[in-house]
Amino acid sequence: MIGLWSVPLLFALPLALGILTLLATPAWRPRLSLAGLPLLLAASAAAFLDLALSGPGIYRLGDWPAPLGINLNVDGLSAGMVVMTAVVAALCAAYARSYLRDYPASASFFWPLFWFLWAGMNGIWLAEDIFNLYVGLEVMGLAAVGMVALRATPQALAAAMRYLLAALLGSLAYLLGVALLYGAYGTLSMAGLQHVAADNPTTQVALALIILGLLLKTALFPLHAWLPPAHGGALTPVSALLSALVVKGSFYILLRLWLVLGPEVTPAFTAQLLGVLGAGAVFYGGWMAWRQHLLKQLVAYSTVAQIGYLFLFFPLVTGTGAEAARLAWDGTMMMLVAHALAKAALFLSAGNLILAVGSSQIGHLVGISRFRPLSLFSFGLAGVSLMGLPPSGGFTGKWLLLHSAILSGQWWWLIVLFLGGLLSAAYIFKVFRMSFREGPQIDRSVPPPLTMDVAAMILAASAIVIGLTAHLPLHWLRAGALLGGG
Amino acid sequence: MSGALAFAWSGVLLFGLGLFGFIMHRHLLRRLLAFNIMGSGSFLVLVGLAQDGRGVDPVPHAMVITGIVVAVASTALALVVFRRWYRASGRTDLPEDT
Repeated sequence: MIGLWSVPLLFALPLALGILTLLATPAWRPRLSLAGLPLLLAASAAAFLDLALSGPGIYRLGDWPAPLGINLNVDGLSAGMVVMTAVVAALCAAYARSYLRDYPASASFFWPLFWFLWAGMNGIWLAEDIFNLYVGLEVMGLAAVGMVALRATPQALAAAMRYLLAALLGSLAYLLGVALLYGAYGTLSMAGLQHVAADNPTTQVALALIILGLLLKTALFPLHAWLPPAHGGALTPVSALLSALVVKGSFYILLRLWLVLGPEVTPAFTAQLLGVLGAGAVFYGGWMAWRQHLLKQLVAYSTVAQIGYLFLFFPLVTGTGAEAARLAWDGTMMMLVAHALAKAALFLSAGNLILAVGSSQIGHLVGISRFRPLSLFSFGLAGVSLMGLPPSGGFTGKWLLLHSAILSGQWWWLIVLFLGGLLSAAYIFKVFRMSFREGPQIDRSVPPPLTMDVAAMILAASAIVIGLTAHLPLHWLRAGALLGGG
Repeated sequence: MSGALAFAWSGVLLFGLGLFGFIMHRHLLRRLLAFNIMGSGSFLVLVGLAQDGRGVDPVPHAMVITGIVVAVASTALALVVFRRWYRASGRTDLPEDT
């Protein structure tokens, strides 16, 4: 078992690096972090290898049994998320290393927060009980708020404050739900809850509180108001981390708990309602993204829209046949991973374009295609995945969701998938139209460092490649999944 | 109603009061206080409800201790952000949605 040492390292390493970078002098913080990246990448790869070789399992931290110790759940989904986080975070870190040279004051606190963020995310992916999910959620959330505040401008501070208030409200609702569940059943483990949870008002109220809290933290329409200023206003590598990974944390918890409790306990319309809210997010987010004048705000609203697709999972997996549920699961996983890669690439290349023209206005991108073709190319590749054009990961994900919708006879979700794709195309091409237009505005551009272009390019290319080799990640992500078929 | 259940109901009441304050107030310090009252409410539910009919159970106590640590950390972070926001803008509330 390789994972015997790798699984606890997934927390121990980022926490240790977080503390080390906090104690180190500012000059040493990026160096220590870059030294730590390969270690954590290796630990993530080892955890994944362990899953591949010996199958899903429960890892007991410190070998203590469950109520006293902490159980870690290594299955396909959690290992997949660990690897996705490692890839995206490592590339964002490489980008941040170059990017933060222009922000020396913010840079010194970026690295400790970065590591705490990573520790919190790994905590969420691996937690087996609902209370440790709460702890992971808080570690991740507080680090994320700190990262939004790094820029220290009044706008960034207001965005961070609003984000913090939304996050706190969300996690308290979640915690109250956990308290009710523990009071009713005396267990926190998800496997245990699946056995004992009954269809009664206590469970329903608890689950309603948990769902509401998590929806607020995932920024599902109409609870999304805090997201665009926080994600769009932060430093570019922070925006990429938040949009690509952090919103997935709360969605992941929602998905897990839904599979454990949802279909048995909630009234039939709940899943449809979540889907409708998702559809609202797709339309509203896409429309708002198209109306933005600032490049990063456009990308941030695109996140609001893309989160909507993930919520089509609930109506497609609940009360439908086994085959439709499996397709919905595969499609959602694909959308999740593809969005993480594509959105990180989109933010990083948007950051490169902003650096190149020295302005965050989309209107100032006129003529940039002559100067920064590579940055624009990674922006376009990531856009292809977001629009859902073949052969990208976004296409495969939508294709699977589409099949699932047809199979379960819920044709109305097809409209969402089609119109959502058109809206994404509208806002991506808005950027392209500007960049290919010739105008007198600029006659020079500042080339960003090569690392930053390469990081964005790798992420964008992965979002495409994952669509070509979709069967591989899906095979692993499905391993050990709690999928009852609705 | 047993004593434990009374604690749980007081917890729910506190949570509700806190939520009301959190939504109604604009001053950030008041909202932070309201958040802490909500937190105390859910801790009370956690300890009270779990002990109803099962005797003394150490697990919720451990959870509440962890929860208090989290609440202290969040409050500290909120205070830091709030102070910097106040110094940068001179406001004690957030500008309404743009």
